[in-house]
Amino acid sequence: MSTETPETEDSDVPDPQTRRLKEKETRKAAKEEAAADVIEGETVELKVFRYDPEIADKQEPRFDTFHVPKFEGMTVLDALMDARDRYDPTLTFRHSCRQAVCGSDALFVNGRQRLACKTQTVDLDEPIQIEPLPHRPVVKDLVVDMEHFYDQMRSVEPFFDPDELPGPDQQQLQTPENREQVKMSTRCIWCGACMSSCNIAAGDNQYLGPAALNKAYRFYFDEREGENRQEERLKIVEEEHGVWRCQTQFSCTEVCPKDIPLTEHIQALKREAVKNNLKFW
Amino acid sequence: MYEHDVLVVGGGGAGLRAAIAAHEEGADVAIVSKIHPVRSHTGAAEGGINAALQEDDSWEDHAYDTMKGSDYLADAPAVETFAQTSPEEVIQLEHWGMPFSRNEDGTVMQRPFGGLSYPRTTYAGAETGHHLLHTLYEQVVKRGIDVYQEWFVTRLAVTDEEDPEDRSAHGFVAIDVKSGEVAGFKARNGVILATGGAGQAYDHTTNAVSLTGDGISMAYRAGVPIEDMEMIQFHPTTLPSTGVLITEGVRGEGGRLFNSEGERFMFEYGYATNDGELASRDVVSRAELTEVNEGRGINDEYVYLDMRHLGEERIMDRLENIVHLAEDFEGVNALEEPMPVKPGQHYMMGGIETNEHGQTCIDGLYAAGETACVSLHGANRLGGNALPDLFVFGANAGRHAAGVDLGDPMIPVGPDDDAERADVDWPVEPGAVEPVVEEPAADGGVTDPAAVVETAVEAEKARIDELLSREDGVEHMEIRKKVQQAMTEWVNVFREEEGIKKALKEIREAREMYSDVYVTDKSRTFNTDLQHTLETESVLDVAESIAMGALARTEFRGAHWRKEHQERKDDEWIKHTMLSWNDGEPEMWYRPVLLEGEDTEWEPKERSY
Repeated sequence: MSTETPETEDSDVPDPQTRRLKEKETRKAAKEEAAADVIEGETVELKVFRYDPEIADKQEPRFDTFHVPKFEGMTVLDALMDARDRYDPTLTFRHSCRQAVCGSDALFVNGRQRLACKTQTVDLDEPIQIEPLPHRPVVKDLVVDMEHFYDQMRSVEPFFDPDELPGPDQQQLQTPENREQVKMSTRCIWCGACMSSCNIAAGDNQYLGPAALNKAYRFYFDEREGENRQEERLKIVEEEHGVWRCQTQFSCTEVCPKDIPLTEHIQALKREAVKNNLKFW
Repeated sequence: MYEHDVLVVGGGGAGLRAAIAAHEEGADVAIVSKIHPVRSHTGAAEGGINAALQEDDSWEDHAYDTMKGSDYLADAPAVETFAQTSPEEVIQLEHWGMPFSRNEDGTVMQRPFGGLSYPRTTYAGAETGHHLLHTLYEQVVKRGIDVYQEWFVTRLAVTDEEDPEDRSAHGFVAIDVKSGEVAGFKARNGVILATGGAGQAYDHTTNAVSLTGDGISMAYRAGVPIEDMEMIQFHPTTLPSTGVLITEGVRGEGGRLFNSEGERFMFEYGYATNDGELASRDVVSRAELTEVNEGRGINDEYVYLDMRHLGEERIMDRLENIVHLAEDFEGVNALEEPMPVKPGQHYMMGGIETNEHGQTCIDGLYAAGETACVSLHGANRLGGNALPDLFVFGANAGRHAAGVDLGDPMIPVGPDDDAERADVDWPVEPGAVEPVVEEPAADGGVTDPAAVVETAVEAEKARIDELLSREDGVEHMEIRKKVQQAMTEWVNVFREEEGIKKALKEIREAREMYSDVYVTDKSRTFNTDLQHTLETESVLDVAESIAMGALARTEFRGAHWRKEHQERKDDEWIKHTMLSWNDGEPEMWYRPVLLEGEDTEWEPKERSY
């Protein structure tokens, strides 16, 4: 069985799946080069952003350099944890599941938003520069305040709310096709990478942003919610700081660790908004 | 001081479900979690949710499979409540918009899972937990339930009567991680502990870094017995380098295990001639390690799990997440190569003793989810039974705490004066290192609820100030690693007396080191160093209680394999190991397993797969 995409002459921008497979190839090649389990004496160099409003030494933001021993399959999170456990227990960052599902370790690594736990260090140029997510207030070191992100998520009424429900032992039927339509949108782990990468969100604090709009998409296109609710949802995303602010720069789609086609979802909502407005003419 | 009717500690599946249930009964409820709820480890569950939804399935069959899987260490009333209530809970979840995988006719899809006599595992791709967690959190948002996120609960506020059954819980103390503020939380009706598992007692685990057993440790120290702690589930398919879980769904869909000789060893070496890869998790874990120990492993460490023959379409439809995990964390393309897998710590079947309403022996203190032991999973949990456990008992705890009369429970809780005491020769003195002045309770005789909380706050402030003022000592990481390594070496899938004793000695040394623990970070702002230091104390309690239970139980039952005792001893061991923290001194006794429920009665039979 082959997973290679058949070659075509007229291929557009690579979709996330193709991009992922490509990245994997590169990584595999790099890994094969790294023969031993722990590469004798070799280290990874990290430059890590440091700041603590309370500690005199750290009130002035700076970068600290760490050299941590390399091993095969090492992720940025592994490197950070090792730097902390080995050299500096005060090094502070969020992390929990280590498997790309809790979304707590989105960081700015070599100039791009990434989940530290699923980013292999061999894929990056050294020194690996690690910073907190841009456009968020820094609490300490790599920890940013996520309140604004959560507020934006809540403002799209992010919960399933059908007009009517079947009886307590009855299921609400959903076609496999409809599930497929919303499937990618349900994968969001609230890591905040997209929001942090969005130029528009950076300049407009009220812009709902890609994550919240994706959440709106998830419910708007769920066929089980009724028409009334759909209309209310459309009103929310059509607000002044809603879908129309999106300038289709694709940066959210680019950084999403779950490969959600965020920009496309926002455009789909724009189309719905246009269609809806046409009705009244 | 913050005040609510019901306070839920933990924002994972059980905590969210409990909060929703309490809220639906009109209680003013708040969730207090050391991480944001969507970061909870329920999100990492992959496989699915068991419930007898189909017409030709039945709750009785689900109960039978659960009881058999448990190796007859589950309590029948818990199994009944669970199997009877799971279907309505799954439908409820479906009504809340959970994006389940769907059949052509639009109904939710179910698939086969290990140890099940019917394909009753409801799922959403191979990321069921993620969808479940988010769906529940969405409902919490919808209801406007208060969430104190990144507030780390460190001490319960419990009155200190002599007998734990006379004590009552009035709240707890928590640290606002962001600011370092130490504050009291007062619960008018009840406190529900839903703090999840404790995989951090091991160094190879599927569990998140946050799963340090804080709830178990807090309840234990407040006087609540902890039950069957030796019963640790090792999941047979975890990635060797990280412990990341590869769902049982892979085997459910037809994935096969191979050794280095290319043999399908589950059949060829007779580990499970009928069910092969779909035997229970304990059976498969032991089979894999036996293969490795007998020289048929790959790199002397792991075996292969192969799903290539399922075809790309089916894999991408039902197991897509697995392809990503294998690729991101092991560098393996699971569509083209088999995945390396080995057993890893996965789930605590034991925990805080509760009855089927989620109550502990302390008035107003509840527990639900992995942190609790209503004794549903016994000696071996079936895949797909953890998630419905969260709803069924989370909801019951929430309702009861909100004042709903759920009737008389059948499962007894609390220390029992007439109980059979354990007679075990511990290699070292377990428990507190230094004489504990006033650990389990708030103070000497205060009963006014607000004062109980206030006293606990003062005690906790003093402890934290003291920790932060120390200028030198041992770092928590050194202690935690020592414990994790000892547990992995000696209290793992295979256990023998000598090894368990070594582990207990190591844990003892680690406890002694802990009395000199030192926090490097002196900042109050987001001090993860302090947080991990406090968590390490929970890890010590959990590890010690696991090792104690493992030494005491001189038989082979479910996940608990003992080298010197290669048989299930039903005459002697159809009983739970119970541990009580009594002024710093752990006491062990036994409670008989309830094989009779309201509708069912069980006769232990040999498990065959």
